[in-house]
Amino acid sequence: MTRSALPGLAIATAVLIAGLLLAFTVGRYPVSLGDILTVLLAKLTGQTADVSTAVQSVVLQVRGPRVLAAALVGAALAVAGTAFQGLFRNPLVSPDILGASSGAALGAVTGIFFSLGVLAIQAFAFVGGLVAVAAVYVIGSAVRARDPILVLVLTGVVVGALLGAGVGLVKYLADPYNQLPAMTFWLLGSLAAANVSDLLPLFGPVAFGTVVLVALRWRMNVMSLPEEEARSLGVSTGPLRVAIVAAATLTTSASVATAGIIGWVGLVVPHLARSLVGPDFARLLPTAAILGGGYLLVIDTLARTAAEVEIPLGILTAVVGTPFFIWLLASMQRTWS
Amino acid sequence: MNIEGRGLTIGYPDRTVGSGLDVALSTGEVLALLGPNGGGKTTLLKTLLGLLKPKAGEVRLGGKPLDNYSIRERARVVAYVPQVHISTFAFTVETVVLMGRTAHGSLFSRPSGQDRAVAQAALERFGIAALASRPYTMISGGERQLVLLARALAQEPQFIVLDEPTASLDFGNQGKVMREIRALAKSGHGVLFTTHDPNHALRAADRAYLLREGTRIADGPVATVLSREQLEALYRATVERLTDRASGAVAFLPG
Repeated sequence: MTRSALPGLAIATAVLIAGLLLAFTVGRYPVSLGDILTVLLAKLTGQTADVSTAVQSVVLQVRGPRVLAAALVGAALAVAGTAFQGLFRNPLVSPDILGASSGAALGAVTGIFFSLGVLAIQAFAFVGGLVAVAAVYVIGSAVRARDPILVLVLTGVVVGALLGAGVGLVKYLADPYNQLPAMTFWLLGSLAAANVSDLLPLFGPVAFGTVVLVALRWRMNVMSLPEEEARSLGVSTGPLRVAIVAAATLTTSASVATAGIIGWVGLVVPHLARSLVGPDFARLLPTAAILGGGYLLVIDTLARTAAEVEIPLGILTAVVGTPFFIWLLASMQRTWS
Repeated sequence: MNIEGRGLTIGYPDRTVGSGLDVALSTGEVLALLGPNGGGKTTLLKTLLGLLKPKAGEVRLGGKPLDNYSIRERARVVAYVPQVHISTFAFTVETVVLMGRTAHGSLFSRPSGQDRAVAQAALERFGIAALASRPYTMISGGERQLVLLARALAQEPQFIVLDEPTASLDFGNQGKVMREIRALAKSGHGVLFTTHDPNHALRAADRAYLLREGTRIADGPVATVLSREQLEALYRATVERLTDRASGAVAFLPG
């Protein structure tokens, strides 16, 4: 009856596979496809691979963790963006609409300011994102209004601005030679520092949040209707909104803590996924996750290979994302109008 | 079974819209809610649906207070057809109708095969099964109204409440929706709808409820309540009454 999701899902999967191949093979130390497969296979079966240790360490220690982190962060941001766009019934919404990124940013620059270790900075960023969204939610719910969604978005904007001022203050006070560059680098987003120990704290929250959202997929369809309509269809919109916001914030905060602030992925990828498989969340969420992973893999490979120095991810996603989004606006209006 | 509002004071936290309102609707009956803009029609509708808490009085559903029902239980008894709107995302017509099955499933479930069968039957009843795979955003206003009706029917409710179901429709589709409302009452549903056109109340409703500035002006069978005098009092405007000599049918013209 409805159009099949298979072609769209196949395209998304193709993008992910292309992204994986690209990310593993391209780089300052070229590795052949055969070597990669040998190393990965050996790792999985527990045998020793018949390739040089340099190749092994590039695949397993250098590129492997970064590839996995890029795929996870891309998937997480895309899933969170998809959830928020549905919840706020607005296709211009991105995962940081409720202040997750600005909260994480303040947490991270504070951590850098106090010269904490990498793990502590990530923890600060993660908690900062969660606390910011919780604060926005509590303030937004305390305001009695007929349109809770609108109040929530406005509160997010206002609190985000305040947190931005906080980030500005910390940067202003920071040591301009040691701390400020680290802060700037963090705020622009990068996966250069991703290593094996990052993967579990990233994977846990992302997997949990994504599973919750996928489980709620049908309710999320109904939640994208006007508030009163959703309630008259039997959906307890209040508790469900808390659950969706919490799950999406968990995935966003975990990825921001690992990779810094990476804009555009959570805005652009949901649109692309929607144009591939339509707006039903049952298909949209998995497609967005796969596509987001592939998209960020391609971008991250560009980031580390396009120039002599690594280009911050936040800059590349904007450079790629802006023209892409304009093209999308011009050609795909029908998917949301 | 019936929905009953007793001694209702209705409104929003910052504003009272109406008071002293008693209203009742039984299954198999069509009630039309008429009145000027800002008179409290939509507020009363939302209060009866449980979307808005009454400031005083209480709404009872099947003899029990509406508050005793969970949101899900309520949705299996009362369906709401909002004014036709354009949705943000291009869900297919089938998906929109399937959303009516939400209250019959659990928190994590998707529509089952049986849900699809119910949705399909609802689409067929309104003659729009051919639209099933079309995006809801790309069909006409009249078709959208029928889709929302089909969604309400898919809820398998006892009552269907419609907010200005004819407001954005062309002449032919207005007639079609009136006929469908009659048919819903015939199949045992209680139907409540608001309208700006007394003729629609005459066509489709058994009873009319006249609401002006939050106060009930009249409530009774359409033939007695909808008179020239009552309508002039309701709208503070002159009204002309026409009678068809052949059929005896009555219509009103404003001005």
